[in-house]
Amino acid sequence: MLDCGLDTTSVLNFLPLPLFFPSFQELKECAGRVFVDSQPEFCLPERELLDLSTIDVILISNYHCMMALPYITEHTGFTGTVYATEPTLQIGRLLMEELVKFMERVPKAQSATCWKNKEIQRMLPGPLKDAVDVWTWKRSYSMQEVNSALSKVQLVGYSQKVELFGAVQVSPLSSGYSLGSSNWIIQSHHEKVAYVSGSSLLTTHPQPMDQSSLKNSDVLILTGLTQMPTANPDGMLGEFCSNLAMTIRAGGNVLVPCYSSGVIYDLLECLYQFIESANLGTTPFYFISPVANSSLEFSQIFAEWLCHNKQSKVYLPEPPFPHAELIQTNKLKHYPSIHGDFSSEFRQPCVVFTGHPSLRFGDVVHFMELWGKSGLNTIIFTEPDFSYLDALAPYQPLAMKCVYCPIDTRLNFHQVSKLLKEVQPLHVVCPEQYTQPPLTQSHRSDLMLELQPPPMPYRRCSVLNLPFRRRYERVYILPELANSLVPSEIKPGVSMATVSAVLHSKDNKHTLQSVPKPPPVPPSKKRKRVMEEPPVVLAPKPLLSGAVPLEAFLATLQKHGITEVKVEETADGHILHLQADDTLIQLEEDGTHIVCDNNEPLRTTLRDLVLRFLQKL
Amino acid sequence: MPEIKVTPLGAGQDVGRSCILVSIGGKNIMLDCGMHMGYNDDRRFPDFSYITQNGRLTEFLDCVIISHFHLDHCGALPFMSEMVGYDGPIYMTHPTKAICPILLEDFRKITVDKKGETNFFTSQMIKDCMKKVVPLNLHQTVQVDDELEIKAYYAGHVLGAAMVQIKVGSESVVYTGDYNMTPDRHLGAAWIDKCRPDILISESTYATTIRDSKRCRERDFLKKVHESIERGGKVLIPVFALGRAQELCILLETFWERMNLKAPIYFSTGLTEKANHYYKLFITWTNQKIRKTFVQRNMFEFKHIKAFDRSYADNPGPMVVFATPGMLHAGQSLQIFKKWAGNEKNMVIMPGYCVQGTIGHKILNGQRKLEMEGRSTLDVKLQVEYMSFSAHADAKGIMQLIRMAEPRNMLLVHGEAVKMEFLKGKIEQEFSIDCHMPANGETATVTTNPSVPVDISLNLLKREMALGGPLPDPKKPRTMHGTLIMKENSLKLVSSEQALKELGLNEHQLRFTCRVQLQDPHSDPDTLNRIYTHLKSVLKGYTIQHLPDGTVMVESIVIKVSSSAEDTSTKVLLLSWSYQVKHFYFYNVISSNTRAVKRLILIAINRQISIVNHD
Repeated sequence: MLDCGLDTTSVLNFLPLPLFFPSFQELKECAGRVFVDSQPEFCLPERELLDLSTIDVILISNYHCMMALPYITEHTGFTGTVYATEPTLQIGRLLMEELVKFMERVPKAQSATCWKNKEIQRMLPGPLKDAVDVWTWKRSYSMQEVNSALSKVQLVGYSQKVELFGAVQVSPLSSGYSLGSSNWIIQSHHEKVAYVSGSSLLTTHPQPMDQSSLKNSDVLILTGLTQMPTANPDGMLGEFCSNLAMTIRAGGNVLVPCYSSGVIYDLLECLYQFIESANLGTTPFYFISPVANSSLEFSQIFAEWLCHNKQSKVYLPEPPFPHAELIQTNKLKHYPSIHGDFSSEFRQPCVVFTGHPSLRFGDVVHFMELWGKSGLNTIIFTEPDFSYLDALAPYQPLAMKCVYCPIDTRLNFHQVSKLLKEVQPLHVVCPEQYTQPPLTQSHRSDLMLELQPPPMPYRRCSVLNLPFRRRYERVYILPELANSLVPSEIKPGVSMATVSAVLHSKDNKHTLQSVPKPPPVPPSKKRKRVMEEPPVVLAPKPLLSGAVPLEAFLATLQKHGITEVKVEETADGHILHLQADDTLIQLEEDGTHIVCDNNEPLRTTLRDLVLRFLQKL
Repeated sequence: MPEIKVTPLGAGQDVGRSCILVSIGGKNIMLDCGMHMGYNDDRRFPDFSYITQNGRLTEFLDCVIISHFHLDHCGALPFMSEMVGYDGPIYMTHPTKAICPILLEDFRKITVDKKGETNFFTSQMIKDCMKKVVPLNLHQTVQVDDELEIKAYYAGHVLGAAMVQIKVGSESVVYTGDYNMTPDRHLGAAWIDKCRPDILISESTYATTIRDSKRCRERDFLKKVHESIERGGKVLIPVFALGRAQELCILLETFWERMNLKAPIYFSTGLTEKANHYYKLFITWTNQKIRKTFVQRNMFEFKHIKAFDRSYADNPGPMVVFATPGMLHAGQSLQIFKKWAGNEKNMVIMPGYCVQGTIGHKILNGQRKLEMEGRSTLDVKLQVEYMSFSAHADAKGIMQLIRMAEPRNMLLVHGEAVKMEFLKGKIEQEFSIDCHMPANGETATVTTNPSVPVDISLNLLKREMALGGPLPDPKKPRTMHGTLIMKENSLKLVSSEQALKELGLNEHQLRFTCRVQLQDPHSDPDTLNRIYTHLKSVLKGYTIQHLPDGTVMVESIVIKVSSSAEDTSTKVLLLSWSYQVKHFYFYNVISSNTRAVKRLILIAINRQISIVNHD
């Protein structure tokens, strides 16, 4: 299984988890849209298509793509192994922990189910009506399930070769998108599949993308392209800073709904350079999340996974990210939640980074309620996962300013086609969406993949046969056998040898061994042996090739005392009549036929003489 | 037969200046490039002239690998790369790359600035040397070139210590560097997978020791320190700035906390804080417990341990001082030792191995009068204690690693000859593998017997696997036959038919025909039919066909019947078969029936069998 992501856009259909919730009512209208008032639910990966207990291995490409792990590895009979890099595991754990804590803080007594009834759902307006598979939507998992799921993760490093059942080798490569993010190579000795998911060619904090190892793939599975193909990340970053400065100067507060790891590191680094020049030195920056501290700390200890610049900092030794300095100088403060210390230390105007970017749960809900009514304040969306209009819908009408600068550093179509030109895969497999322009911009033919041969598209639940035929497998010839082989040269540079050997196959590894000589039968056990079947290990006769030249063959016959030979020419060759023995030999370009009655010794002699002229395969 | 050659230039039947040359599959690799603490002359560095008498080493070495930052493993690196000359890649882990230049600079300062030696490497040379370093991640397979690959495993010994696997084709060598098989207070235990190297090159510092439990040693250590403090004495613990020092600091810190002790603990040199910072940034290289809790409490921020100033040595009252270097051969530890040696209330605890020739080694061997520079002598009155804290595997640990990796041969370095001899015997006895222990400049050669990798056509493989029945039975060998085609660098094993095609050869059919007469009054088709029915009943499991053109085929043997016009009861049986007919098609026919015709046919076929059978 390649990745195990959670579709969290489903939570947009739910009301935000408020701090104090009113009486229970399943559906609620809010600013012209209907929302479900219930614990938010997530849309899971497909679980009906195949028996999940038959999955041997899950490869994770980055920490955003593992959020559904507990649903898959728990309660399904899954007994396999999950492979991920150390930063992916550690930060993935933090994101899951954050999700669980957000949900557990404001538990809803029951979850709404009536609206899922087909009859009722049909009557509902807007996106709710069109939501698919709503019965499979699930509430958040528990911390216990997270721990159990993550205990199945086996850590791997970039370029580490991991053998799976002796059949294939998998290896993660840096994908440049986030800390520890990886593309995967799945290969046997003769076939190579590259799984490219969530890659970035921009220089941000992670190690740059490893492109060269993707070369010579038979199939390249491409996914995780940017969701914002028209937004330039650098431009967005500039817009982010200027809007932030403008709001603060006007005395307003800035709210940045974000994930606790990833782009936030780049935002903080950008602000680190920007603060002084924009004269924001005294503005407090707050990062509020149950895992804020851990996320900031963890980011500093994964030097091996960072870009070269940051890596060389630890040699000094200095922390690789400048947010360490922001914290030290008290410019950036982090809190587990708005309760406790934060409520007493909190000063305005300020900048708050907090989750969840869907605005449906987490501390961000509190700030929406607190600041939403004032036009001085600004909310800046940086995460590309959610439509900002949908995210804001339940809060309407809203006086607060909204700025949308999604920062998605993943590959855009232009970069992809350049990359594919570089790595030259034989076939490309990608989601159907990439093969046509976006619905809203159908004239933009530059926003799709155009390749020769055209990519093979897939959609949910479609089964695709990858277009290669396996023709060869690796087998090891043991030294003893290898030494006994007698090669003969067929043409310059090409030789051959016939091999008869015993094949051993174990754990998908094949070895060839010399055919063992039958063990000498100890005399005492002779009687018992006779009863047993003789071992059938005789070599079959080889195929023959070549032709028998007439003159040379006649000379050979003569040498062996066969002199009375009458030669008769035919359309395809010659017939030799051995008059003394009433035997015929038909010599042709591609065949020899010996017609000989009841004279076994002669037949054998003739056969051996013919064989002298032929190549055996 | 391919060979792997191993030649220690240092650390062969000795501890110090580790430097081992390995030749494998046409590649030459240098493992470690250390200095010897026991010498101040040429013998301090490995003898690189062994590699070449004149000039640079670049063309003789494919790569250099440094296992960890201790000077006896990397101290000669700038000398080798900058003064002898080597421009190829030098591999080491990230922490080693970070810490190694600091220790080298320290070493340089002591040698040049304090002892006034000339003709030594400079600060610039250390920098230039470090530019050639390529960082290694754990378990990452690094392709040095198309054929040579290396992979690092966790070794535990100090922060960033690694064991390396070197692989060319199917031949491989594992070099352990220094390692530790039991986790300690700040590091985890060494680990390697069952990689079955041709040679495992292991250190053997504690070849004959089986150490008691770590807990006992720690208790002992704390007791000794505590007693000394109680009676107002000063305790000197010579250490290397990084490694053991951190472990002992954690130990003392928690003890002081628990016992509420007030005596000051100092750590010499400005390196401490910096060193602790490295530990913090490289926390992923420490043990499980520290990694788990680092967000809440960083184990490397000490409350009780403060920086040492030279003047503190004369302060009255008890104190504990960690001072570098660890073998009392130079620097601050030696200065303090000289100051405190005269008072029997004081104590020096040597927490690690001391190389021959160092003061540490001398006092551990009970020497009480030391000759110092300038012909003065020093009376040693303070208590001398030795505590084996250095994180090397003991005999038990070495055996454990052998069990983990399952090498085909063993080679011992980094230990004393007598002790090695003992361990060698034990290894050879327990694992029945050869164990080598070459001295410096001596070459150990191991013949390897690599299997030949070949690409087998999947058709052939599947056919052969299917012959063995649906489930492979390891006890029943399956014979397979095919043709190996050798073309340029590729080796392909295919079925003979495919080989003909691939090589563009025509097949030559060799057929035999023989006529057998028999008496049968029936009509020709009837006779054939009777033959067919009979064969069908006796040859179970063979393909027998009665074809419309008046032939019966048993597998590929063709049987025809004809009779002469004059005598219709004399039938001529035509048997025709190709050279490739397998004899055992007819294996079961020999036992037989009674009826006359059938017998005749059988005789006919039997004769044919005997003909075909005859090889």
